[in-house]
Order: sequence, then C-alpha cells, then structure tokens
Amino acid sequence: MQIKEIQEEIIDEFSMFDDWMQRYEYMIELGKSLPLIDEAYKTDDNIIKGCQSKVWVHAELKDDKLVFTADSDAIITKGIIAILIRAFSNQKPKDIIEAETDFIDEIGLKEHLSPTRANGLVSMIKQLKLYAVAYQTQIK
Amino acid sequence: MEHHSNIVPWQMLCERTGAILKVIPMNKEGELVMEEYAELLSDKTKLVFCNHVSNALGTINPIAEIIKKAHGVGAAVLIDGAQAAPHIVADVQALDVDFYTCSAHKMCGPTGVGILYGKEEWLKKLPPYQGGGEMIVEVTFEKTTYADLPHKFEAGTPNICGGIAFGAALDYMHQIGFKDIAGYEAELLDYATQELLKIEGLKIYGTAKNKTSVISFNIEGIHPYDIGTILG
Ligand SMILES: Cc1ncc(COP(=O)(O)O)c(C=O)c1O
Repeated sequence: MQIKEIQEEIIDEFSMFDDWMQRYEYMIELGKSLPLIDEAYKTDDNIIKGCQSKVWVHAELKDDKLVFTADSDAIITKGIIAILIRAFSNQKPKDIIEAETDFIDEIGLKEHLSPTRANGLVSMIKQLKLYAVAYQTQIK
Repeated sequence: MEHHSNIVPWQMLCERTGAILKVIPMNKEGELVMEEYAELLSDKTKLVFCNHVSNALGTINPIAEIIKKAHGVGAAVLIDGAQAAPHIVADVQALDVDFYTCSAHKMCGPTGVGILYGKEEWLKKLPPYQGGGEMIVEVTFEKTTYADLPHKFEAGTPNICGGIAFGAALDYMHQIGFKDIAGYEAELLDYATQELLKIEGLKIYGTAKNKTSVISFNIEGIHPYDIGTILG
C-alpha cells in the first residue's frame, strides 16, 4: 500500500472513536503491534531527541525499501511511533521524503498533546524523514 | 526545588562576573537543610535566592529565617514568589526581603507580565537594564539623564494591556479572599494526598511538613508521561 492510502486508513480508524480515552486505548493497542527494535540497537545514539520519554528508532534498507523498528518506555509514545512507522515503514526512501504528514493533524493528535509532547511528535517525524534522506543518498 | 528561571539567570551572571554559585542542599522530604545553609553563608556572600514555594514539591521555604541569616552576613535576598503568590500572602516589608518576584499567569492573570518588588534603596542603586523611550528625563547626543523610579526600568511602550488585565485578576482573587483560597486548598491537599496514597505503588515526592497544594508523584511501573497524558 502507498503511504497516502495507509494514512487514510489510519484517519478512518481514528474517526470511529467518540472520545480521547478510546483513542488512547487504541493507540496503546497499536503500540503492542509495533515492530520492535533489536535490543542491540537500543543505544543512546538511536534515541530521538526532543521527546520527553525515550524513543529508539532503527532503520534498515531491505531491497529498495526502508524498514523501521522502534520502541519506547512509555506506552502512549509507543503507540504514536507505531502509527508513524505503520505509515512510513516498508516504503521507498524517496516516497518517505516526499510524503505529506497532514494525517497527524487530521486525527487531531498534535492539537490534543501538550506543546512539549507535540514537539516530540514532530521530532519523531523529522527523524524518520532524516533516515530516509540518509538512505536515499546511499541508493544513488 | 528551584525553577529553571531562578537558576539560569544566576548562572549567566556567574559566567559574566566570575561569581560562584553555591547550592543549599535539600533533605529527602524536600526541605532545605538550614544548618548547611548557615555554613554556606560568609562575608563573601552577595546574594541569596530561593523560591518561597517550590512549584515541583510544594515545599514552603522558611524565608523569614533565610532572609534574617543572609542579612546577618550583609547579603541581599531575592525570593521567587511565582508559586507562592497565588497561595500565600507575603508581607514583603515585615519579611524585610530585598526583592520578591511573581508572575501574573500563576494568579489567573495574563502571560508575559509579572511583579518585581524591590526595596527602594536597591532600585535606586541599580542601573537600567534596557534603554529606550519613556525612561529618561533628558536626552542629548552627549548624555542621557534617567527618569525616576519606576520609569527608569520601563524602557519603551509598556505592556499596558497586560498590566490592566493583571490588576483585574488580582481584584478577582481578592474578591474570593486569599485566606479562603488557602484554607480550601489546604483541605483539598489533605484529601488528595490521602486518596492518592490508597493507590498501590504510588510515591509522592515532596513531603515537607510545611507545604502547599502541589503533589508530584510516580506510580511504580508506569511511565509518568503516560499518566500525564491520560490525566491531562
Ligand atoms: C517557582 C516558579 N518560579 C518561576 C516560574 C516561572 O515564571 P515565568 O515563566 O513567568 O518566568 C514558575 C512558573 O511558571 C514557578 O513556578
């Protein structure tokens, strides 16, 4: 599936809930299906800066696609990174770089988080895109 | 114990002037260790600063004693009253404090405006920290004569709306009555503390004998971020 389609799927899923308690519960559920980062990659270098809780992300090129794995010590953050990885993992670096990120606004996540947490979310997106940029240059 | 805003400016001052920053230690309950404070004071001490109430722990610091001891060695005292001001009325004259600060936004007021109380003798001695219009008596290209207090510290067009709004917020708080606010908060603090302690694995940080309505806590096995998000 293309990034855009996955994002629409996520927006649809989130629109089914009436309140944020349910959405948080769903996010925690999604966190459980997060492709976990190998313990060996859980190093300080792989921690995303700008998040209040710890978030580790690792990226690997498989064929021509970038595959992300991650983990977090907070379960809601784990849900957030799981949503992002679902949207961006297994895609070509070029597509990740060019992908829009409006879907985050559409599910209302950013405005529902406190400013510091919203900044953490932006840092996560930025980091995933940075990985894509780094691997894109390797492909060429 | 201290807010960044009462640490960072002093670190910047130390960098600029070579002054040395010494820290009064705190015990497990989150109270300043007053014996150690007394030991830290010397005739070299220029300024003592701490908050009246800690926004992280709720501790009410014994500022009357802190001020008296500091004055004993000839040091000035600045008290950060941002967290205290909505809960405790500080009589700055009775305390004999040199400087006392608070922020409007902690007292139902607008952001970006606050109070700096300073003894007149100090304020007269201090040079303006910004230059601009409204703060002068006379300006020529050779020399500027500064205006009297408080204009000396009010360069440029002031935050008039902020000042008026802060005044309205203070009137509102006075209408409710600071005594009533404090009494009700004490009740709520007791009740909340009791109920929270019933939660298994919950640990409260800041158990000073003398504290106001702030409760910092962690629950074993749960990330504070998650609790904050769900409660927020
Ligand atoms: C004890 C204390 N000091 C200082 C501040 C900072 O105030 P301001 O952001 O207005 O500088 C706060 C809270 O905002 C506080 O609780």
